[in-house]
Amino acid sequence: MATTTALRPKQRERAANSFAKPRRSPLLTALTGLILLYSLVPLAWLVINATKSQEDLLSSFGLWFGDGFSLFSNIKDTFTYNDGIFLRWFANTLLYVVVGAGGATILAVMGGYALAKFGFPGKKAVFAVVLGAVAVPGTALAVPTFLMFSKMGLTDTPWAVIIPSLISPFGLYLMWTFATDAIPTELMEAAKVDGASELRTFFQVCLPMLAPGIVTVLLFSMVATWNNYFLPLIMLKDPDWYPLTVGLNSWSQQALTAGGDVIFNLVITGSLLTILPLIAAFLLLQRFWQSGLSAGSVKE
Amino acid sequence: MNTKHGRLLRAVTVSVVAALALAACGGSDGDKSSSSAGGAADVKAALKKGGTITVWAWEPTLTKVVKDFEAEHKNVTVKLVNAGTGNDQYTALQNAIKAGKGVPDVAQIEYYALPQFSLAKSVADVSSYGASGLDKTFTPGPWASVQQSGGIYGLPMDSGPMALFYNKTVFDKYKVAVPKTWDEYVDAARKIHAADPKAYIANDAGDAGFTTSLIWQAGGQPFKVDGDKVKIDLADAGSKRFADTWQKLLDEKLLAPTPSWSDGWYKGLAEGNIATLTIGAWMPANLESGVKAGAGKWRVAPMPQWEAGANATSENGGSSLAIPTASKNKALAYAFMDYATAGQGAQTRVDAGAFPATTKQISDPAFVDKKSAYFGGQEINKVLAASADDVVKGWSYLPFQVYANSIFNDTVGKAYVSKTKLADGLADWQKKSASYGDQQGFKVN
Repeated sequence: MATTTALRPKQRERAANSFAKPRRSPLLTALTGLILLYSLVPLAWLVINATKSQEDLLSSFGLWFGDGFSLFSNIKDTFTYNDGIFLRWFANTLLYVVVGAGGATILAVMGGYALAKFGFPGKKAVFAVVLGAVAVPGTALAVPTFLMFSKMGLTDTPWAVIIPSLISPFGLYLMWTFATDAIPTELMEAAKVDGASELRTFFQVCLPMLAPGIVTVLLFSMVATWNNYFLPLIMLKDPDWYPLTVGLNSWSQQALTAGGDVIFNLVITGSLLTILPLIAAFLLLQRFWQSGLSAGSVKE
Repeated sequence: MNTKHGRLLRAVTVSVVAALALAACGGSDGDKSSSSAGGAADVKAALKKGGTITVWAWEPTLTKVVKDFEAEHKNVTVKLVNAGTGNDQYTALQNAIKAGKGVPDVAQIEYYALPQFSLAKSVADVSSYGASGLDKTFTPGPWASVQQSGGIYGLPMDSGPMALFYNKTVFDKYKVAVPKTWDEYVDAARKIHAADPKAYIANDAGDAGFTTSLIWQAGGQPFKVDGDKVKIDLADAGSKRFADTWQKLLDEKLLAPTPSWSDGWYKGLAEGNIATLTIGAWMPANLESGVKAGAGKWRVAPMPQWEAGANATSENGGSSLAIPTASKNKALAYAFMDYATAGQGAQTRVDAGAFPATTKQISDPAFVDKKSAYFGGQEINKVLAASADDVVKGWSYLPFQVYANSIFNDTVGKAYVSKTKLADGLADWQKKSASYGDQQGFKVN
């Protein structure tokens, strides 16, 4: 609305240049609105239902508040239920994200940089392998990985989750294309002429230019590791090593069994608490991410 | 059991994936355990020596049992792991057995699934550890469920004689009498649904365990096992009885299409839109913790009968504790298992709401005469304990029941969502189960 009534000079110029002025499409607006609703309703549901007790959950309308306001007691119960195992799962998830996603990002950045800026025999083969690896979903590899890890005696240890998370073919590919465009080879040559070593060129000259790409890859692998469910599900049997996803599911499964303690309210509150750090990470890193996506799209 | 026979049984395995690995290790492990099976003395020695055992179970009352057991035996550590419920756990267990690593020392296995594990020799015969002396300890139904061709492959943890749980306020509101026979049940279903289109007498979205329990009560014996010979007849008199009556409920859309244990199910039970549950005697604890809003509204009545005046019941659910053959500390595992099922643990679990499989607890006046506040002060255990005595004898599950149940919804389940008839669904279930059994080395029909 605001943009059409009060166009800024640059936009006005662009609008004048195109043969028709930008039109508002009611259909498109409605569609966008629908999609917005579609993506926000589950979140609203989660927030609303986190305020209900187990009893209220079953007896009140799903998209409105129940009789009581139990958000704080739910949060307290979530953190104290089962000797506070939720906190342990939270710490596990953090560990998997910091070591797994962090490691994946470092490997992707270094690998992508090397592939973009150095020539070596067999590069085309590497390219094919990486592209092929992007096409294979991690879920498909989970069972073979399980069999391999169990032979190595690594199942039921945090390594079983961390090591597979370290490999991110998509991140590598992204860094590769990003580094190709973002780092002018002339700049690297200039640094070398000035006497900088290979390592110093990488860390002091090239790394800052890669920042937007690094944040993008970091965000991608963080989200992937944070939400990872199937791999830890089959690798881990010891609840002490569960990440939040598997842990919350095990709480939810309690309702499925004779004699089980039904704690849907804690599952919902736990889910809400689980997505908060991701939302925070997105809000904090979003600026870098946007500039990262648009980098290289404009030729100057 | 002759050797050819034995080899065949060993070749019988639980799932397609685990088939080869299980057969291979089943052979060697089975022989080893029979030659060096421990005795009661080993159990005592193991307790004295101490150590750590891992228990895979989802039954929540075990948490307290484990604590008590560790307090009594200071040098024993029991690692209680919830490796998933039911099928999830069986899959995990089979994976672990196949990988040969991370196999627990004790695993919770439901009665319907136990033959599958015992026939493949994935779980050990515990008779020599002292289980053979427990004849009088357990009620006949569950005790029969843990035995297979002369061996004892687990100890009963709980049992599920069936009864009719009903929401009294709904029946009072619509002035419907509590049904005593299944015909009256169908009538009651019509009345309730006519009075309130949102209310149903029961939910059923197709559940293998429930279906087999009702066929069991109707006198059906669709599964007969004799060594490696298996007979499946899901069109016998009992199965027919079930299919005819249930077809009426389906045709007239008198059953809520809500799967049991879903959040919608809990909601329906709380709101009174699901008016009855014909289910195992372990249900009260679940209602109390899961459906708090139903307090004071629910009552328990004997299971509706197929013939007026009869008093036949069947079992629904219930599980045992068993020791995987690959366990490295079977004597200590047995010590824990014995404590949890036959020893002090049985009382602890009953106090926490479990339904006993032990004769001592089920006949204890403190248990039978207990008034339940949730059920409006009714002495519900009188009804439930009586049901345990009336369970129809001679029932058995398939030696590949876990698989059979897993294809239930693709076969019989169709009748619940389309115009397929229940009888056709049962025939299809029989055909698909039989062909699987043949592939597994059984001679079916």
